Amino acid sequence: MAEVEETLKRIQAHKGVIGTIVVNAEGIPIRTTLDNSSTVQYAGLLHQLTMKAKSTVRDIDPQNDLTFLRIRSKKHEIMVAPDKEYLLIVIQNPCE
Amino acid sequence: MEIVYVYVKKRNEFGRQCSFSDRAAEVNVDIHPDAVQAMNFIERDPIDIAVQCASDMSEHEVNTERFEMETRGINHMEGGWPKDVNPQEMEQTIRFRKKVEKDENYINVIMQLGSLMDHCIKQNNAINIYEEYFEEEEAAGVTDEPPSAKTINVFRDPNTIKRTATHLSWHPDRSRKLAVAYSSLEFQRSSKDMSYDSYIWDLETPNKPEMVIRPSSPLICLEYNPKDSHILIGGCYNGQIAYWDTRKGALPVELTVVELGHRDPVYNVIWLQSKTGTDCFSGSTDGQVLWWDIRKLSEPVETLVMDISRKGVLENALGAISLEYEPTMPTKFMVGTEQGVVISGNRKAKTPAEKIVCTYSGHHGPIYSLSRNPFYPKNFLTVGDWTARIWAEESKESSIMWTKYHMSYLTDGCWSTTRPAVFFTTKMDGTLDVWDFLFKQNNPTLNLKVCDDPLFSLRLQDNGRFIGCGSKLGTVTLLEVSSGLCTLQRNEKNLASAMFERETKREKILEARHREMRLKERTKTESKEEAVKEEVEEEKPEEVLSRVEKEFFEVIENELKRRERGRAKSVVSQGREGDEDDDEEFVLKEDEEEE
Repeated sequence: MAEVEETLKRIQAHKGVIGTIVVNAEGIPIRTTLDNSSTVQYAGLLHQLTMKAKSTVRDIDPQNDLTFLRIRSKKHEIMVAPDKEYLLIVIQNPCE
Repeated sequence: MEIVYVYVKKRNEFGRQCSFSDRAAEVNVDIHPDAVQAMNFIERDPIDIAVQCASDMSEHEVNTERFEMETRGINHMEGGWPKDVNPQEMEQTIRFRKKVEKDENYINVIMQLGSLMDHCIKQNNAINIYEEYFEEEEAAGVTDEPPSAKTINVFRDPNTIKRTATHLSWHPDRSRKLAVAYSSLEFQRSSKDMSYDSYIWDLETPNKPEMVIRPSSPLICLEYNPKDSHILIGGCYNGQIAYWDTRKGALPVELTVVELGHRDPVYNVIWLQSKTGTDCFSGSTDGQVLWWDIRKLSEPVETLVMDISRKGVLENALGAISLEYEPTMPTKFMVGTEQGVVISGNRKAKTPAEKIVCTYSGHHGPIYSLSRNPFYPKNFLTVGDWTARIWAEESKESSIMWTKYHMSYLTDGCWSTTRPAVFFTTKMDGTLDVWDFLFKQNNPTLNLKVCDDPLFSLRLQDNGRFIGCGSKLGTVTLLEVSSGLCTLQRNEKNLASAMFERETKREKILEARHREMRLKERTKTESKEEAVKEEVEEEKPEEVLSRVEKEFFEVIENELKRRERGRAKSVVSQGREGDEDDDEEFVLKEDEEEE
């Protein structure tokens, strides 16, 4: 339990990180540092996107699997680390 | 059936009746090949002939049916919660979350994902992978492409009886919509079946107008309110003014009463800059310019009669065809009249006589368009008769620059919103001219034939790239201008302002010279009168000046004559006697030749 806390705190403390969300397989946000409405939005949308990305990768090569998803936009970067049951989402503002 | 007309012709005038008979075929001409003629030709061997062996193909065009599309959206709500957990209740959700967090799998997963995420975050912070290494400077405007314009879209009048597209107005935000006023300006030409409607078109759907505007009389002009994009004001053929709200439907929200409005078609109506955003003014050929507040259209706020003698007499008034108003100079306005005179006015003058500040005359016919240069508001463009003229406010006698006389009538014109030296004009032969007077002064930079019927109106979008032209048959063509004609060139502002100043100075000098000459003539006649009266009056300074000038010139002439006489005398002393200079010179040459 404590390690989880420590890990998430460490991630949040990195330079430029705006928010962290942990989502389970049903799309329910377990842990979040953002406000509720944004969390729900991110959770719902990114969950679907990750599923789609994963299925795409597997369609092309069934042996392959999605390890990481990065969406870079004008304002910030959304990073998604998928797992079978959970999803770790971090929104960072890459300092240039 | 009644007999309408009876034709009578005598039988013996008919002539002999035709009798047809069969005849066998006979050969009329039989020409045999003449061997002698063959001598005129030379046999050629070998000959090059091109032969193509390809499969036959035919070209077909197909236009598919319009595909109707609809866009829908989904609203995300929180979901996925198991049945026993109510997402609204904080306690239950917190309990659920705590339960999940205690799961061992959760801990492992987070540790693993966490390290992965850590790596990527650090990567991001370490280096910017999208860094541009060699930022190239954009070669500004020195593109080699020749100026061009291409048609993007054509919007046709859906009615069977076509009316002229007399006025165009772009939607104030983002310019995705175009309001077009349709009417028939030909005197008494409008038939009973002609529809009075005007349309608002969406640029993406050229087949069907987005909205219909139903006035009680055809609209000649239609303008969007720059402050509120739902309000439109239109001037009607019968002299009324009406305003519409696009949220409220096709019928006007309010109309002016016929008695207090204009008595002739309202040719132009422009919104004014005011706090409430409800003021506008309109001009019509009945000689009046009226100011309105759309909240109370029952009577005009202010009236001004376009009488140049400043007496406010309606009979002497000039008909107003075009209006001009610049939001940065809210009290000044300009009116272009049917008689070819531009009247500049100041709304805030104390008496109605002072409202008309000055006039500029120079056109032979109605001034169809009047617009100030967006970069240099002291210079304005007028389009009328067969020329377009550029004026400076200071030189009232004549325009500072003008185009040559074209073959067809010019109907509308406007400045480019992005380049101070570029303006556009449309003509009755259906062509659009783009003028860039820093590039070429005597001819348009680009002459484009938009359509076969005369073009009546022109409107440039705010970004300076898209132009809408309205034609006589109601076709509005949307053109895109090449980037060279709408991006500001290097140094263009300075060059344009230098050119304006130079031309203004030239006109001023010419004006001063004219004034001088007129003054001299006036004083000459005045001095003659003085001599007749034989009164020794106090000489006015101008007379003193002219007298001094005359004396000065006389002195010079006398001196010159003396010198010539002196020269003549010296020549005479050399050779011959003679009085006239001509003879002298002639004789001199002879002398030289002899020598």
